[in-house]
Amino acid sequence: MRYDIVILGSGPAGLSAAVAARGRNKSVLVVGNRWQDSPLARAECVDNYLGLPSMTGAELMERFTRHAEESGANLVTGKVISLMAWEGFHLTVGNELYEGSSLILAPGVVRQAKYPGEVEYLGRGVSYCATCDGMLYRGRPVVVAGRSKEAPRDAAYLKELGCQVVYVAAQRPEYLDPAIPFVQANRLEVEGEQTVTGLRADGALLPCSGIFILREAVAPTDLLPGLETENGAIRVDRRMATSIPGVFAAGDCTGEPLQVSKAVGEGLTAALSAAEYLDQLPKKDTAE
Amino acid sequence: MALQHFDQKSFDAALAEGKLMMVDFWANWCMPCRMLGPVIEQLAQDYEGKAVIGKVDVDEQGELAMRYGVMSIPTVIFFKDGKEIHREVGALPKEVFVNVLNMNL
Repeated sequence: MRYDIVILGSGPAGLSAAVAARGRNKSVLVVGNRWQDSPLARAECVDNYLGLPSMTGAELMERFTRHAEESGANLVTGKVISLMAWEGFHLTVGNELYEGSSLILAPGVVRQAKYPGEVEYLGRGVSYCATCDGMLYRGRPVVVAGRSKEAPRDAAYLKELGCQVVYVAAQRPEYLDPAIPFVQANRLEVEGEQTVTGLRADGALLPCSGIFILREAVAPTDLLPGLETENGAIRVDRRMATSIPGVFAAGDCTGEPLQVSKAVGEGLTAALSAAEYLDQLPKKDTAE
Repeated sequence: MALQHFDQKSFDAALAEGKLMMVDFWANWCMPCRMLGPVIEQLAQDYEGKAVIGKVDVDEQGELAMRYGVMSIPTVIFFKDGKEIHREVGALPKEVFVNVLNMNL
């Protein structure tokens, strides 16, 4: 099915957008992490959310999530690995494909700088998707740069396919297959000639033909080439419209202040703007 | 000629003709590839008679994928006069492919 509005991010901005969009009777898909994994859920005390003082971040997140669910939004846990704007928006979440007529970006702040060599060797040994590209590396040495909770599972999948997997991270993850060699390192650098030849991890070279860089989220600017930013934040107008028609943004990804009430307000505005955008689309482009 | 599904033989034959060619290297297990599929199909219709547009299943045609060093899919490679002139990696917007095609018509 095609959703009216697809929301990337299940924090306060995304969930607020979901509730507002349901209020306009739009079908809504929210893709994001479990609420327990939201950065807000780790806040011991949130004291400045109007009318609800002294709440823990976890309490707020649980309420927000329940509210969105009860509004009739469909919440899906997962990471968007690929997004394409073509007759609406198409996205890959794990092994599922989804479609929407408009898009709200509310992924929070993705604080992850790229590694040296990463961009240069993307598609020439550097990959962000184990399920897509794993098969192309059967029988060959690969390194998984694990920056997400799901990464150990992807590493196990690559091993199953027959790749020789080495796992690199700042700390050994709890659920890493004991049969997969682990290298502890912080500074990573992609090395190659025509294609990747190795990964330098804290100075030591790990020879390999593929490097799977698996982060918690793919940055919106990587998902949507052409998305304009300003000082690292997604550029929006007062309607929370981005530089791409049909794409709106809300919350921490649009810049400071990084506060719950700001995120909730922007989520509402983004949803109303998306609803307005949908209502003026020619009928055939909207959901049935 | 609509969208072509190449094997090694038909690929080499098409390449030998030297026309502008756009080839999508993909596989069924790859979700972003399946997302891009309908775009490639539409381009095959749009450029009917102007460019040869086809697909290579890297699962069945590993040799071709190897020959062109395809290490990430979807990868779309453009050829002219039998030589690679450009490649794009990922499920990119249709306009990206249109621009490359139009520049090389």
